[in-house]
Amino acid sequence: MGGARPLHPGLWLGVPALLCVLATIVFAAPIRIYGLQLPEPVFAMVPAFAWALIRPSILAPFALLALGLFLDVFWGGPTGLWGLSLLVAYATALAGRSMMTGQSRPMMWAWFAGVTAVAMASGFLFSMLDSLAMPSLLAVFWQFLVTTLLFPFAHRLIDRFEDADVRFR
Amino acid sequence: MPFREGPLGDLKVPLTWTAAVALIVAIVIAVAFLLADRRETLQQQAYGVTRQTVDTVSKPVSGVIAAPGRWTGLGVDFISSYFFTASENRRLKAELKEMRGYRDMYLAEVDKNQSYRSLLGLRTDPPIPMAGARVVADTRGPFANTRLADAGSEKGVVVGNPVMNERGLVGRVVGVARGASRVLLLTDIASRTPVMIDRTNARAILTGDGGPNPKLDYLRGVDPIKEGDRVVTSGDGGVVPRGLPVGAAVKGLDGRWRVVLFADDAAIDYVRILLFKDFAQLADQKALLTRSLPPVTTEDPDVSILGPAATAPKPAAQAGATPTAPGATPTAPTAAANPAVAPPKPAATAPPPAAASAPRPTAAKPTTPKPTTPKPTTPRPTAAQPAGGEI
Repeated sequence: MGGARPLHPGLWLGVPALLCVLATIVFAAPIRIYGLQLPEPVFAMVPAFAWALIRPSILAPFALLALGLFLDVFWGGPTGLWGLSLLVAYATALAGRSMMTGQSRPMMWAWFAGVTAVAMASGFLFSMLDSLAMPSLLAVFWQFLVTTLLFPFAHRLIDRFEDADVRFR
Repeated sequence: MPFREGPLGDLKVPLTWTAAVALIVAIVIAVAFLLADRRETLQQQAYGVTRQTVDTVSKPVSGVIAAPGRWTGLGVDFISSYFFTASENRRLKAELKEMRGYRDMYLAEVDKNQSYRSLLGLRTDPPIPMAGARVVADTRGPFANTRLADAGSEKGVVVGNPVMNERGLVGRVVGVARGASRVLLLTDIASRTPVMIDRTNARAILTGDGGPNPKLDYLRGVDPIKEGDRVVTSGDGGVVPRGLPVGAAVKGLDGRWRVVLFADDAAIDYVRILLFKDFAQLADQKALLTRSLPPVTTEDPDVSILGPAATAPKPAAQAGATPTAPGATPTAPTAAANPAVAPPKPAATAPPPAAASAPRPTAAKPTTPKPTTPKPTTPRPTAAQPAGGEI
């Protein structure tokens, strides 16, 4: 009977969002080891990809918007930039949901990389329009690369909640 | 009546559609936020209360999170300094030997510089007060490059203040809260800083792009730059003081001139915020507001731009000056100004006793020309005073 209960939003939306916020704050620490700084992956890409695959939801876009606004304010970027980029990535994953479900792990990783590329391209375009200047492609690519490495977390999140709500089996 | 028993009870909206509508609404809100953003104006009003609150909350949280990293860095430094003491000692001795030569040159140049300043009557800028701060959070993404420093409005920090570390310029303050301030780095895509090439004085605008080496845009002049040239702030526009070290010029992979920032060579956790708003703060505001205007006369007091009628009431002060003015004016002020600045100089510049006898005739000089004319009491010296009045 336990499986028939609807999934509580706090579990699959609240907890991952909170973990993303914490990870973002930790990776913003001003640490330099042998002249090298910590990478800055976009942790919010993990829920943006996983939430779309777990199930369509009314709350998920707003949770992503809140996460994006937090990133903008905490990182000091233009307000709305990451909110919009994450939502575009979420929309892409939602649109390709039927193609992605049931795929092998490497294939899912490739999909995750694709969705991340969409988010980065959106960020590139929006910041270009906002600042009327072109961001460094190398810096964008570097952030894309380190964000792509976060796929195992997205996979774990999908595995944990994909079948949690029997209504979406 | 419960909803399910009503006429719309059988209406079932597919979740996919409602999710799509929610997604569109969220996108519209995000677009509205982006359009309303005024971050690029770099004004205090544009920073907003939300950002100030987040900065205030982030400061202690990020400070606690950054502490273990800082301690680890200090520990690594301590251990490496223990193991590499001998080699470091050798290196430092060689460096000290080289620096002694530079020190002597420096002292000689300082002395010469002071003499030139006195002679030319240069007015140098007064020292700018600073506030020390520790960086608690650092953002390095392609779309935002900022740092959060733990000094804010309580230390007099305001939006626009330049920020340096011990090597060079880091950026400037774009948001201030109580106890925290947000620093926009030179590498941020919204950052524009007027700079010049130290060797040629060629002007350029340092433009960030999210990468580690900002570009030099609008570089002017014929052959204005070469590899390794030192880049400093030009002070144009008055937002940043002139002459702050920025970095060294390099040719980028894309063929554009870029700058390797000096600030990147230093530790990133401590910065100095220059409490500099604009050049207006360097001027003496009381002196600017003074009502006593200088007399409206030309070099020759007999010829006034106001005409003969206006020259008539000039009388007493000018009267004494008129006889000597036509012939002796060009030489007399320099003779009067030089003795005024000469006395401090021999004391500073003449350590050998032989030189001590030299200033004596110079010091005696003011006494000899004085009796000939009562000129120094005329308005002439007031014109000469700014020339000698160095800061």
